[in-house]
Amino acid sequence: MGAIFKEEMNEQKEKHVYTVSELTKYIRVILEDSFPGIWIEGEISNFVLHSSGHMYFSMRDANAVLKCAMFKRSNEKLKFKLKDGMKVICFGSISVYDARGDYQLIVEEIEPKGIGALQLQFQQLKERLYKEGLFNEDHKVPIPFLPTRIGIVTSPTGAAIRDILNIARRRFSNVEIIINPVKVQGEGAKEEIASAIKQFNELKNIDVMIVTRGGGSLEDLWSFNEEVVARAIYESDIPVISAVGHEIDYTISDFVADFRAPTPSAAAELVIPRKEELVNLIGTAVTRLNNALTGKIGMLAQRLTTLKESYILRQPLNIITQYEQKIDDLRKDIAIRIDHLVKMRSENFNLLISKLEALSPLGILKRGYSITTKVPEGMIIKDSGLLKKGDRVETKLGKGKFTSRVEEIE
Amino acid sequence: MAEMKFEEALKKLEKIVGDLEDGNLPLDESLEKYEEGIRLSNMCAKKLEVAKKKVEILLKSSDGSVELKPFDEKAAEEAKPHEAKKKRSKDEAELL
Repeated sequence: MGAIFKEEMNEQKEKHVYTVSELTKYIRVILEDSFPGIWIEGEISNFVLHSSGHMYFSMRDANAVLKCAMFKRSNEKLKFKLKDGMKVICFGSISVYDARGDYQLIVEEIEPKGIGALQLQFQQLKERLYKEGLFNEDHKVPIPFLPTRIGIVTSPTGAAIRDILNIARRRFSNVEIIINPVKVQGEGAKEEIASAIKQFNELKNIDVMIVTRGGGSLEDLWSFNEEVVARAIYESDIPVISAVGHEIDYTISDFVADFRAPTPSAAAELVIPRKEELVNLIGTAVTRLNNALTGKIGMLAQRLTTLKESYILRQPLNIITQYEQKIDDLRKDIAIRIDHLVKMRSENFNLLISKLEALSPLGILKRGYSITTKVPEGMIIKDSGLLKKGDRVETKLGKGKFTSRVEEIE
Repeated sequence: MAEMKFEEALKKLEKIVGDLEDGNLPLDESLEKYEEGIRLSNMCAKKLEVAKKKVEILLKSSDGSVELKPFDEKAAEEAKPHEAKKKRSKDEAELL
């Protein structure tokens, strides 16, 4: 036993004795050389965001844990939030934190596993804004039926504006459009888009706004998923139609907008009615009005005619006519009778007159008789006994009279 | 009186047409509604002609002021970088 110990002591004299720092440094060098830049996957745990802006967390799998640090300069450009339990893939290098004797992964890049970083960002923002109520239906306003002026936030050289103008030309030749030109992808695009939306709201020179761009990749369309654009749309008093990309592309601006159109062309068709259709509608309405009124008047006239011709209405006239006739008859009758009566009376009269004439002493006189009256008394002498000789008498003849003295009485 | 919107006027017009076609209104009312219907249809027809044919582009200057200029589609197309290059190389080819 002593011999073995002695051997070891001798060997020890030839080995280098490390200090802690030395060994740690050596370990660091070995590790940094071995793992200068690696991709590694795991699940996040113990995530801490320091006030310094540095992030510290662990990546773990079923059997092991790896400490990680992601410094501010690397994590600033992160578009999504890291959470415990999130499965991620990191790119970084191994280093050693001397003071604690910890080895750790200095993370430069981090991606969610199974889903793109952009997609995760999209999901997180969508959820956050949804919870805030930016997608609420009651906040949305209806699109005006016949807008006077249409504003379009888009690239002046893109396919979107071309499509929209083509449709405008076809459907409604006299439509007014104002384009607010913006970058629709790349650096600065989201600010330009948001500011263009705000500008239209300040100018208040349009009744409806289309925010649009043509198709592209998720990265190309990304500006329309940015929070600043979403808020600008939400705060717009002018109704906004979002038409970004193709039918299958959904962006956050689509959710916030008052209406989503699957494509720029669809947006144009939504906002710009077919003038021809409307003109026809009006024309048809006028025709129907005319027909309805003519019909109604015709119907009423018909009713009136029918009533006029009905026996019941003719009756009173009939009755009147009958009475009129009767009156005429009676008049005739009366006339005849009066006539008759008059004739009769006059005949009677004539008869009487002749009778009278016949009986008239004057008539008698005509026949030769005479009337003798005593003068001066004037009484008519019918009896000669009333006379004496010498009486004066007047004798009236048929023609003339004379006065004589009585000579002889018989 | 605030001017009625086109859609409102059109809806009213359609209602009047319906009422008249039902034929149950007394004559006076029918005549009144007919007149209103014609008035509305004239209003609608006019509204269709209110807009002028105009496509403009908003230009912002550095001092923040805003100007509206007629939008020239063709000019915008030629302003595209790759289009400009094509034109230039064509010119260059002609020079040779």
